[in-house]
Amino acid sequence: MDISILWYLVPSILLFVCGVYGFITRKNMIAMLISLELMLNSADLNFVIFNRYLFPGSMEGMMFTLFAIAIAAAETAIAIAIIINIYRAIGNTNVTDIKEMKF
Amino acid sequence: MDSVGNIILYFVVAIAMVFSAFMAVTTTKILRAATYLLFSLICTAIFYFQLGYQFLGAVQIAVYAGGIMVLFVFAIILTHKPNEKSAPLEAHRKFTGIAASVIGAVLLILALFKMPLVKGVSLAQAFSYGGPQLTMHDIGTALVGSDKFQYLLPFEAVSVLLLACIIGGVVIARKK
Amino acid sequence: MDITLPILILAIPIAMFLILGIGGVVMPRKVAGVLGILGMGTCAVLAYTVAFTYFFSGAPDFINEFGQRLQYQVFDCTWLAFTDKLVVKLGFLLDPISAMMLIVITTISFFVHLYSWGYMEHEPGFQRYYAFLSLFSFSMLGLVVATNIFQMYIFWELVGVSSYLLIGFFYKLPSAVSASKKAFIVTRFADLGFLIGILLLSYYTDTFNFQALTSNPELVMAECGGATFMGASVMTWAMVLIFMGGMGKSAMMPLHIWLPDAMEGPTPVSALIHAATMVVAGVYLVARMFPCYCQVPASMDFVGVVGAITAFYAAVVACCQVDIKRVLAFSTISQIAFMMVSLAVARDYIPVGEHWHAPGLGYMASMFHLFTHAMFKALLFLGAGCLIHAVHSNDYTAMGGLRKYMPITHWTFLIGCLAIAGIPPFSGFFSKDEMLAAMYQNSFFWGAWMSMVAGLTAFYMFRLYYLIFWWDENPHYQHHKPHDGPWQMSLPLIILALVSCVAGFIPFGEFVTYNGEPYHIHLETAVALTSVAIALIAIALATWLYAKKNDKPAKMRAALPTLWEAAHRRFYWDEIYQFVTHKIIFGIICNSIAWFDRHVIDATMDGFAKITQKGSYAIRGMQNGHIQAYVAWYFFGALALAAVVWLCLV
Repeated sequence: MDISILWYLVPSILLFVCGVYGFITRKNMIAMLISLELMLNSADLNFVIFNRYLFPGSMEGMMFTLFAIAIAAAETAIAIAIIINIYRAIGNTNVTDIKEMKF
Repeated sequence: MDSVGNIILYFVVAIAMVFSAFMAVTTTKILRAATYLLFSLICTAIFYFQLGYQFLGAVQIAVYAGGIMVLFVFAIILTHKPNEKSAPLEAHRKFTGIAASVIGAVLLILALFKMPLVKGVSLAQAFSYGGPQLTMHDIGTALVGSDKFQYLLPFEAVSVLLLACIIGGVVIARKK
Repeated sequence: MDITLPILILAIPIAMFLILGIGGVVMPRKVAGVLGILGMGTCAVLAYTVAFTYFFSGAPDFINEFGQRLQYQVFDCTWLAFTDKLVVKLGFLLDPISAMMLIVITTISFFVHLYSWGYMEHEPGFQRYYAFLSLFSFSMLGLVVATNIFQMYIFWELVGVSSYLLIGFFYKLPSAVSASKKAFIVTRFADLGFLIGILLLSYYTDTFNFQALTSNPELVMAECGGATFMGASVMTWAMVLIFMGGMGKSAMMPLHIWLPDAMEGPTPVSALIHAATMVVAGVYLVARMFPCYCQVPASMDFVGVVGAITAFYAAVVACCQVDIKRVLAFSTISQIAFMMVSLAVARDYIPVGEHWHAPGLGYMASMFHLFTHAMFKALLFLGAGCLIHAVHSNDYTAMGGLRKYMPITHWTFLIGCLAIAGIPPFSGFFSKDEMLAAMYQNSFFWGAWMSMVAGLTAFYMFRLYYLIFWWDENPHYQHHKPHDGPWQMSLPLIILALVSCVAGFIPFGEFVTYNGEPYHIHLETAVALTSVAIALIAIALATWLYAKKNDKPAKMRAALPTLWEAAHRRFYWDEIYQFVTHKIIFGIICNSIAWFDRHVIDATMDGFAKITQKGSYAIRGMQNGHIQAYVAWYFFGALALAAVVWLCLV
């Protein structure tokens, strides 16, 4: 039994649709951010998989993932700062309660 | 032909990853969701190791599982009471979410199986096609070199981005 | 010839128009009036200079060694060059008729300017009035000196606008407003035919220029080949359509309906525009294109028939009008029709089998009558203005017995009446005699018909004269004693009366003929005696009926009530037009078009708008600001797109 490329891609897809589900259904902004991380993670994983199976001699996919992780870290930090700010303003982190751009 | 150990490892990790991802988006307790996300990230890191990218796996654990998860946990603790449960989902939201994810999964997997990918190649073969093992030296040279397939400019751009992010985070979260 | 004078002749009136029109608001009445009169006076002096230079200098540009007067373009500059062939030029053409018209227009215009100073003294908008008069003078001068038919068309429309503005001068009176609209719309409708005619003619001859057209009239026939349309050659159509413009401006039947209503304008305006100058533009147009018309005898016959019917019709209607200005208006229509017929019986060749001694006699006579008529009809209108000024009414029923109160008006009006009736030695006799001679030369029928019209003319003019100045004294005179106008009004009357006395002795044939060769006028004894006899009989009849107050007119009226009513109502032409325009055109055609517009075209557009509105109401809920909904839509969209692409590729 061989571990073909599909073996990795299918869990990646499942990870992604879980992220989509979470992003659409959850009202809590932190939960939405978690779903976002899942989707991003799935994309990262795909880069690495394709790098390994299609272009094993090079490392561009890995490099992309590396930078994506760095950017994801930055993005998460900013997002959490915003969420905390919103919490200060309206008392919860419910995305449906954010109805005014300026508090 | 891949080794049995690899296959077993794969199954364990894949099932754990998908399960924790599923739980992360369905659990009602937000701290648990973060923990499931952590598991999922660690499983991804294990996949990275399995695919031969040790450095990337290490970065994943250090930055994601280490750094970002701490941020999440702090944020959750700051904004939620202990044991606070999220409200049950509204029906139309749940329906939309399920529809989107199921249709997406079905379509994507169908497409995946129809696509002319290199399906016959096993992991061991993929490893054998590749050259010598990636070393830290190679990665370091690529990150700070300025030739073709080298990434000094993005590297610096990301460093500036992180700086901007630190400043932005401070400015946004600062009390007025 | 130096171009300064001709340019000044056109530039002064338009400059006056701009000065008075723009600066009139801040100008005292006196300044505006003096400016207008001085401007027109200068213009008249210049026009006289130019005309006398043309007629008497004997320069080789104007007259050749055989004594034939030539057409001379003082200048002709390109104004709009659309294509190589379609070039609109503006220029200044000097030839016998344009020089003659320069004199007529500037003279009458000057006297009207002067007269208006007295007549319009207390009217609001005095400065505006003078500005419009200047605009009209400019347009009319530009019309008569046009070097090409398109320039003529442009100024033709400009005189139409000036006429519209002046008829509607008392814009607070609804009747004046509707009269001005009527005049504009009717003449504009006629000008549509004019424009089509111009385009047809120039399409086949490749030129707008009068000199090119008239010096080589065979061109007109040659170029159109044998093209025919509805049984008549294209050139016949072109010439008839061009004449249609003239029918509108000169109030020929059936487009005459605007002229009687145009009397709503100030009386001096009626004298200038609707008696002496603008309404003869149609005659002038036919005279200008005379060689071309001669090439197409059918169009000439059309001109003649229209003229003859109009002349008789207008004369009959004039016998039964109460409003003195309307009588004069119908008299004008009749006299202009007289000129048309006179033109139509002339030819620039001697017809086969005939023994004419002067083929172009009718042309000369028509222009002669145009000249004398302008003078005595302006005189009559200005006299009517004095009467209206004195008794504040347009109807002769408010007058009667005025000869004792207004002697100057009385004597000048009498001279005008004698002139128009054709009594020697007044000017009308000579010109009318030439016209009748030309008609008898063509055929006995034309002559007899028009002699009858001339008799009617004498009758209705003296009917008017007696009803105003004799008949019976109106009792209102005790409260408000009528008197002659101020000197500004009397002076033009006296001068024009003198002109009407002597103008007949001008050797007109020496100056204006169809081919420029001098023609020595000699009275046709038989024609002259007949017409004088007819006129005298008519005058005697009018004297018998109207000189003293009696019940004979009432009895006549009672004997023929239908005829009198019909003639009084102008044979119901206005009612016919009203019926055709309102009931048929507005009621049937326009209403159905309006229905189509409202229920099909508008409804389609409204439908689009409604569908868009409904659609946007239906889908505006989608744009709810919920990021998760957006993500769901986006994701479904991306999936659908991927599915489509995939289906297409597989």
